[in-house]
Amino acid sequence: MPTLTNRAKPVDRRPMTMMEKMYLPAIAKGMGITLKHFFTKKVTVQYPEEKRPFSPVFRGLHILNRDEEGRENCTACGLCAVACPAEAITMEAAERKEGEEHLYREEKYAAKYEINMLRCIFCGLCEEACPKDAIYLSETFAPSNYKRETFIYGKSDLLIPDPKKEPELYQQALGSRAKREGKKG
Amino acid sequence: MYTETQIVHNNTKTTVDGALDGTGEMVINVGPQHPATHGVLHLVITLNGETIKKLEPHLGYIHRSIEKMCESLSYRQFIYVTSRMDYLSSHINNHACALTVEKGLQLEIPPRAQVIRVLMDELTRIASHELWWGAMAMDLGAFTPFFYAFRERETITDIMEETCGARLTMNYMVPGGVMYDIHPNFQRRVKDFITLFKSKIDEYNDLVTGNIIFQNRMKGVGKLSAEDAISFGCTGPVARGSGVKSDIRKLFPYEVYDKVEFDEILETEGDSFARYMVRIREMHQSVRIIEQLIDNIPEGDFQAKTKAVLKLPKGEFYTRVETARGELGVYIVSEGGTTPYRIKFRSPGFSNLSALEHMVVGSKLGDLMATMGTLDLVIPDIDR
Repeated sequence: MPTLTNRAKPVDRRPMTMMEKMYLPAIAKGMGITLKHFFTKKVTVQYPEEKRPFSPVFRGLHILNRDEEGRENCTACGLCAVACPAEAITMEAAERKEGEEHLYREEKYAAKYEINMLRCIFCGLCEEACPKDAIYLSETFAPSNYKRETFIYGKSDLLIPDPKKEPELYQQALGSRAKREGKKG
Repeated sequence: MYTETQIVHNNTKTTVDGALDGTGEMVINVGPQHPATHGVLHLVITLNGETIKKLEPHLGYIHRSIEKMCESLSYRQFIYVTSRMDYLSSHINNHACALTVEKGLQLEIPPRAQVIRVLMDELTRIASHELWWGAMAMDLGAFTPFFYAFRERETITDIMEETCGARLTMNYMVPGGVMYDIHPNFQRRVKDFITLFKSKIDEYNDLVTGNIIFQNRMKGVGKLSAEDAISFGCTGPVARGSGVKSDIRKLFPYEVYDKVEFDEILETEGDSFARYMVRIREMHQSVRIIEQLIDNIPEGDFQAKTKAVLKLPKGEFYTRVETARGELGVYIVSEGGTTPYRIKFRSPGFSNLSALEHMVVGSKLGDLMATMGTLDLVIPDIDR
């Protein structure tokens, strides 16, 4: 019966050869290619024992930077929060009091600074917007936890270790990104 | 298949050829959680025996209202949200948005930025086609190609990570150029990749393309004629598999595509195998474009100077680019403010999916997977 549409599958009526009918050569050829790979170099990286080096522009979780004397750079100007496409950043500003000069670099500081890491899309616009060199996207990535609330990072999670008290941890957290050339200071 | 089945008793004698009258039809749901749909696509299929009588895609499971979201974002910010539409060619999505904003601002893009953008576009296209190749072979039951495809794709994502800062959602575009300059290793690593890729593509052909089992399943399946492809609005490899010239890079060249030599791949068969071959051959053309450009990246700025706050003049702006799946159009209506008044994305996946019913009705259920695989659907691109 002729079909009314052109959608029917035309079947190749030519009989297959014995070899083709068995599909065996085709399977054997495919298996041969697969087997060959037993003897080639492995392409996988054994994470987390082995880690690949990061690029200087890698965008991981944020850090709030300190200057050389361990004072916080952030002045809570809010430019990062405005630049953020995902509206992940919130902050509250406070005035620096007498005797707090060793803690905060300028007269204003962020009393509260929160980044919702579940909202963040890691685009790097906060870093571009920051005029005080205070926020960076670091080389930390893939955090894991049991509760969603823990992904709202506060200041205690974001602040980089004090370079005077813990210089090694500071360098580790800073990574290669903050030292990138051409980054406006 | 999905467990929820529903028998529809059919008393009228409307059955497809060859089926017994009065046997009834069965409605089955493929998805929304089905490995072959590559996401949350829900297909309601009416079957008679094993023959597809009707197919109805249900969309909206991953609708995030990106178009509406973009209306509250500035012209710098909204580019990065569009990475989440077609996540496999996120760089090309960003490119389309950046081009539209630049069109509105009448910005001159530095030649260096143009070449970097095109290089990244083509690398993204290869990465996307690689993933499609692996996933499609997996739909048909071959598991090994998936690993082989990801092995080469990994090289590209490494290059992307080194230069752009991220592996999948690159966010490398800014209006007026690219965000950073290329990494010093970029050229060397891309050349290494091309050498690697050329040696591996033969392996792909040996393993899958030349395989008679594969060809038997692909040839003559999911036929789409050129007229139908046009009337359904199909673009990209789906339309080119039916012989419709639809490569935006050739028809409406942007950036440096008019200065490089490459062929538009056309196949006339219109079946699954033709669409498959279009993508395989397109990867070679992408390599050809990269080879021409990689040693000729002009010196100069990688970013044009722009104002801190971008304001598009009042009016309507439309640009289109060729993503790995077809034509992506970005339409911005501006009221002269800092945010768009309205944004519309014309995504290739939506139109390509609409042709699916036409392609599979009358064929067997197994052919649905072979057809859907070659459409290269990315569900977030369809729903947005």
